[in-house]
Amino acid sequence: MEPSHQVTSALLLMLSLRNGKGSTLFSLHGHGYLGQNHHGRGLFVTREHVHSQEDHDEKSHKGNEEPNCLGKDEYIDNATLVQSYRQDVRYFDFHIVYSASYRVPVLYFRTYSSDGQPLLLEDIEKELPGNSTNVLMESKWTFITQEEHPYLNRPWYKLHPCGTSEWMKLLFLTDPSLGGSQGVPVELYLSSWISMVGQAVGLKVPLEMFNKRKE
Amino acid sequence: MDVEAMGREAQKYVWEGAIPLQIHLHESEVTTLPHPSPALVLAPRMGYLPLLLPLLKPHFSSTLPPGVDTIWFEYKGLPLKWHIPTGVLFDLLCAEQERPWNLTVHFRGYPGNILTPCEGEDSVKWSFINSLKEAAYIVNGNCKNVMNMSQSDQVELWHSVLNGNMETYQRVSSKLKLEKVGDQYVGKPNSNLLKSRTNTGETDTGGPVKTGRIPVRLYVWSVSKDFDDLEDAPQIDSWDQISYMNRPVEIHREEDKCFTLRDAVKALLPELFVEKTLIDEEIPRIELEEESRAPSDDESNTRNEEDVEEKQGENVECCCPSDDAETKLKLVRIQGIEPKLEIPFSWVVNNLMNPEHFLHICVFVKVPQAKPLPHDR
Repeated sequence: MEPSHQVTSALLLMLSLRNGKGSTLFSLHGHGYLGQNHHGRGLFVTREHVHSQEDHDEKSHKGNEEPNCLGKDEYIDNATLVQSYRQDVRYFDFHIVYSASYRVPVLYFRTYSSDGQPLLLEDIEKELPGNSTNVLMESKWTFITQEEHPYLNRPWYKLHPCGTSEWMKLLFLTDPSLGGSQGVPVELYLSSWISMVGQAVGLKVPLEMFNKRKE
Repeated sequence: MDVEAMGREAQKYVWEGAIPLQIHLHESEVTTLPHPSPALVLAPRMGYLPLLLPLLKPHFSSTLPPGVDTIWFEYKGLPLKWHIPTGVLFDLLCAEQERPWNLTVHFRGYPGNILTPCEGEDSVKWSFINSLKEAAYIVNGNCKNVMNMSQSDQVELWHSVLNGNMETYQRVSSKLKLEKVGDQYVGKPNSNLLKSRTNTGETDTGGPVKTGRIPVRLYVWSVSKDFDDLEDAPQIDSWDQISYMNRPVEIHREEDKCFTLRDAVKALLPELFVEKTLIDEEIPRIELEEESRAPSDDESNTRNEEDVEEKQGENVECCCPSDDAETKLKLVRIQGIEPKLEIPFSWVVNNLMNPEHFLHICVFVKVPQAKPLPHDR
């Protein structure tokens, strides 16, 4: 009974910049072409992380009478507990919120199972792909804390922003084509930013997202 | 007394300020008869509620059910956010400030879906240092000064907050070079917030560059039903009724004009101040919208009226035909007082801010019935 690990096909990524100057929205469909919609103030990314167990098939084979542990010949009720295929779905919600203090976008996220039970950070870290835990542990710039969501009055996990400005600067300085003294266009900043922070939380950004700049 | 001395005296009052609390153990956690009496505690304004554990535990320990303690507080059913300073909680949640303030304490059943976890003093200290870093970033453009604090300095700073020791605090915090706000500082409003950060506040030497930004945390409580006396104010039964704005204020001074507290509140909540003229605070005035004027750009399209607070914070009732259609600033409360809005903002910041270098401002607003005040702009 091996749990298999699948990411469902619906990776929907919507980014909206919350700086009060209006929102630019990108949506990423399926495995990723970049579309542009106009939307209200919503900002979220949802990725479904599915753990499926194939045991419901196996159980139905075990129909025969078997002695129970007490050795008596008792009739075993072989009704199968049909498990929903999506029983162990883990949900991730990602929000991107602008921090007026640090003047950078900040990634907030929470994760919970299909019954709404929130998951602990230790469990989350087990779920992350290998290289993202490396990013988290090695980089002094990325660490996850549990803090209150600035608008939702609930505890969420947050990728701490105090290093963001530093490494975003480094990112743009190393490639002169990426901007310059005029500043970096919002779309480019955001897609670069999410490619960095996404690594820490196992979010992959398709390359197509970068092909649309400066057209 | 000169202004400097008045400032120092104000700081002393603030540091020594305390809220008398009458703390009741929640009945679900009372396992003995008779019920334990409530604990009477004087909680420092600048402190945090979980830090009261050493005082409360002995008082209630004999009656608690077995288990692990995770302390949390509530006021009339509202779980209290432990990372907000005690004085701010009191100013915000008790419109009519009741003394003693009656709170309920729990040692079990932490509401982890509402409150972020708190593991005692360490969590509070971490939150404090984190806020201090944020304040340093706002003022200096980087948090190097806080991150480079020696271990012993950090400990001493934290203990000065724990014990309410202003002299120690001021001595240690002066090393952080979070300069006092000067009236003469003139800063430019930052227009393009998304510019690449190559030219902000970060020099090679790591020295501070004044950004002209002041760390402020604003708590806005909006009600749709007006009230004359504070004791008639409706109760806050959910944090969703409070808009929390963690946004720095940029001081920019026009010639010959002082940047006042009103200017600061206006910068954060422009929708409250459609009229730009200064109000003579001695005379309550009603700003009536002139019929001839073109409708303002204001999104809520309300008639705005500004009440002038008297010393006790009571409102002067202005008679106005359609009360329900206005947005009224009812109260601005900082460190338990209602300062006159004409006071220079720099004075307010320098003398009334909390030790993590944030100025906490509680604002009570009455909004038109169907149009809630927006959170943010």
